[in-house]
Amino acid sequence: MTATTLAPRSPLHLTLLHARFQFLETVRVPIAVIGNLLFPSLAMFFFVVPQPEVSQDPGIATAAAAQLATFAIISTCLFSFGAGVAEDRAMPFDPYLRTLPAGAAPRLAGRVVNGIVWCLLALVPLIGIAIVFTEATITPQRLLVSLALVPVVALPFLLLGLAIGYALSNKAAIAVVQAVLFPLAFAGGLFMPPEVFPGWMNAMSRALPTRAARDLVIDVATGYSAYALALPVLVGWTVLFAALAVTAYRRDEGRRFR
Amino acid sequence: MRSAVTNHVVQVEGVTRRFGAVTALDDVSLDVPEGELVGLLGPNGAGKTTLLSLVSGIRKPDSGEIRLFGRSPRDAVARLGLGTTPQETGLPPTLKVGEVVDLVAGHYPDPMPRGEVLERFGIGDLAGRQTGGLSGGQKRRLAVALALVGRPRLVLLDEPTTGLDVEARHVLWDALRQYHADGATVLLTSHYLEEIEALAQRVVVIGEGRVLADDSLAAVLDLVAVRRVLVSVPEHAAAALTRIPGVVSAERDGDRWTLLASDADAVVRTLVRDDVPFSGLEVRGASLEEAFLALTGGEPVRDAARAADRAADRAAAPSAEGPTAVPQGVPR
Repeated sequence: MTATTLAPRSPLHLTLLHARFQFLETVRVPIAVIGNLLFPSLAMFFFVVPQPEVSQDPGIATAAAAQLATFAIISTCLFSFGAGVAEDRAMPFDPYLRTLPAGAAPRLAGRVVNGIVWCLLALVPLIGIAIVFTEATITPQRLLVSLALVPVVALPFLLLGLAIGYALSNKAAIAVVQAVLFPLAFAGGLFMPPEVFPGWMNAMSRALPTRAARDLVIDVATGYSAYALALPVLVGWTVLFAALAVTAYRRDEGRRFR
Repeated sequence: MRSAVTNHVVQVEGVTRRFGAVTALDDVSLDVPEGELVGLLGPNGAGKTTLLSLVSGIRKPDSGEIRLFGRSPRDAVARLGLGTTPQETGLPPTLKVGEVVDLVAGHYPDPMPRGEVLERFGIGDLAGRQTGGLSGGQKRRLAVALALVGRPRLVLLDEPTTGLDVEARHVLWDALRQYHADGATVLLTSHYLEEIEALAQRVVVIGEGRVLADDSLAAVLDLVAVRRVLVSVPEHAAAALTRIPGVVSAERDGDRWTLLASDADAVVRTLVRDDVPFSGLEVRGASLEEAFLALTGGEPVRDAARAADRAADRAAAPSAEGPTAVPQGVPR
């Protein structure tokens, strides 16, 4: 086959191609979009806005918004990757895509780009509510750095989502995502601040990726310093989840029949 | 890693693939040179789809080797020259027809323009429709159209027209013949003899995970052109049935016999000439399943002619238990 050597499309082109059409697919199912954007905003309305001691203190209000923003990102990642990928795998179109001349990388990268876009979109109503209904404030510099932190926080959870999505069936994935998301979010201080945790729980919490992500986001958004090990903890989980995601992807041969 | 033989688009060497206890492919070898239009014919579950999934890189063989344009099909570069079809039930329902074409086209260096692809299959007016709203026939046309979007040199088609009405089937066949005439290699599976007859030049018959026959269309048509002769014969005359030449399988149910033979006329002539006291003669076309059975002789064997000979031998030489059923394990 030396007569014509065809050059494959660039990985960047393929990544953006997959991201674009995944975004289109998501956006055409409005309930998925609305649910995703709504939940953190509702939490903001129910748990932050009505409490003057939180909503009227600029530092605490900002930290509360940052905490829910972290939850929004983590939940988007786990649902759209864990449940979404498992759902895609159940569709016969997925094995077809695997026959196209793109390796695993551009398709995974496309999912990542799409996920990060949705994470950013989920933050829009949350930030809007924080600005309008609370005393939360943030300097433009801190806002920019915070937004730059979104992919860093998103990455480990997105990889965990992929590992779940590629390892499990559709129904199992949704259950596992819920079983993973809510305990991790609670123990990581995304619903109640870890200041109210008993000492032992606070200590354990610091080993969790959710807690590390939360403290890093609050550090960047408000200046309340994160604990020293937050970044190493997050990086460590990222490496572990990346290994799980790659293993799950390699083991996956699409739908198996017996 | 390049193979010595470079004009083979697909090379399959000694490939075995199991799913749990089921052996879907058992030591299969097959080469497809550039420009051929090859039909893989076999009953459902014979291993055709598994073979295509190995050639397209979706699955890996347990043992043996698969080459696509001289490379591993798991290598994305090898798949630049490959076009395959999604199952029509699997098109992303929220995407529009034109968008699905663009998504696929974006993977190839020199794709066909959207309009041209859709026109070839008579669905140019559907570009703006979401695939979820298409009829089954329209989805199937789009699915086959997607195989050609990247101007592939090899097209793999799995049961391309199953479940379509006659007109839609002919539209697809014409489009595929035309694309093959442009120089492409086509490998398609079917369990319809009619479809294979309409398209293929070379036919590979697969049953129970093995290649049973690999020959020109005419030669394979002869092999599978089996007729079914039903007769009732009293017990004392049953032995005569086993002496009839050309019977590849004889099966009894009481005194009712079902004989499979490539030449039913010759069987009837022999019955009459030998004065066999038969009654209730019926001659029917055999199903493709029965034709495969005749090829396998009840057990998978590599060489089709040998299989047929062996079945004939067995029918002609009754064992101690008498001439009972030859075929076992109908291929599913």
